Amino acid sequence: MNNKDYLKDISDIKNLMNRSSRFISLSGLSGILAGVYALIGAYLANGIITKIQMETHPIKRFLIGYDSIGTLLIIAFTVIVLSVLTAIYLTYRKTKKQHENIWDISSKRLIINFLIPLLTGGIFCIVLIDKEYFDLIASSTLIFYGLSLINASKYSIGDIQYLGFIEVVLGLICAMFPGYGFWLWVIGFGIMHIIYGTYMHFKYDKQ
Amino acid sequence: MSIINNINKVFDHRIRLGIMSVLMVNEYADFKMLKDLLKVTDGNLASHTKALECANYIKIQKQFIGRKPNTRYSTTKLGELEFKKHIDALEKLINTQ
Repeated sequence: MNNKDYLKDISDIKNLMNRSSRFISLSGLSGILAGVYALIGAYLANGIITKIQMETHPIKRFLIGYDSIGTLLIIAFTVIVLSVLTAIYLTYRKTKKQHENIWDISSKRLIINFLIPLLTGGIFCIVLIDKEYFDLIASSTLIFYGLSLINASKYSIGDIQYLGFIEVVLGLICAMFPGYGFWLWVIGFGIMHIIYGTYMHFKYDKQ
Repeated sequence: MSIINNINKVFDHRIRLGIMSVLMVNEYADFKMLKDLLKVTDGNLASHTKALECANYIKIQKQFIGRKPNTRYSTTKLGELEFKKHIDALEKLINTQ
């Protein structure tokens, strides 16, 4: 064996270690689209909220507000479902291109570790709604989503931990200033996803 | 001369190196996972895992998942130590040449 063979050995070893322990075929484009969906959702929600705030008559205001909760939840739910479906589809397409499997040990491990903090946060937010601590919901979603990303980063592209840190910081700011919850949401789920998705797309997809 | 001594003959094969690389970063791997990652045939993989087992570098654990037999591989302490030595030797070789 000569020098070149040894170099190739080392790069094969690194490659196998990464491929067997991390699921790295996540699509950057799906991050961008998730951000776009979030911004559209935020725009629609903002319209409804403004309508409620414009109403001066207290009883009417309460009734409009009460009717709007369902619509707001549907908007939020649609954004989440669309983001997840887009991510699955684009990641599936990318794994096909790289002749890899979307459902293997590394992707299972990634999903489990992503879901542990996320589902905890989801249940926690339902409890907050039930106890009517509405002020803390926006910050809780940001914090738990950030922690999910940090946890998942050990099993995927390491870079997503930085997005996680940003979401956690935004969440903490949001806890201190709940009045800006809506705009911190727009930054955290909309703009940050678009910036990060673009960065990931050019760093990893364009190869 | 000492560098050459650390190049381990047991690891001096692409597939064995591959098996060790996967097992170093995973708690365990089963036969199918190794086969998919290394893109080798059953017989080929079996003979190389056998060689590594004989050297006491990996452990083999056979069990049943439902009614299907499942073979899990993991590294031994000795295997980890020898693999690290081997990698160090490879790196030194590359750097000195």
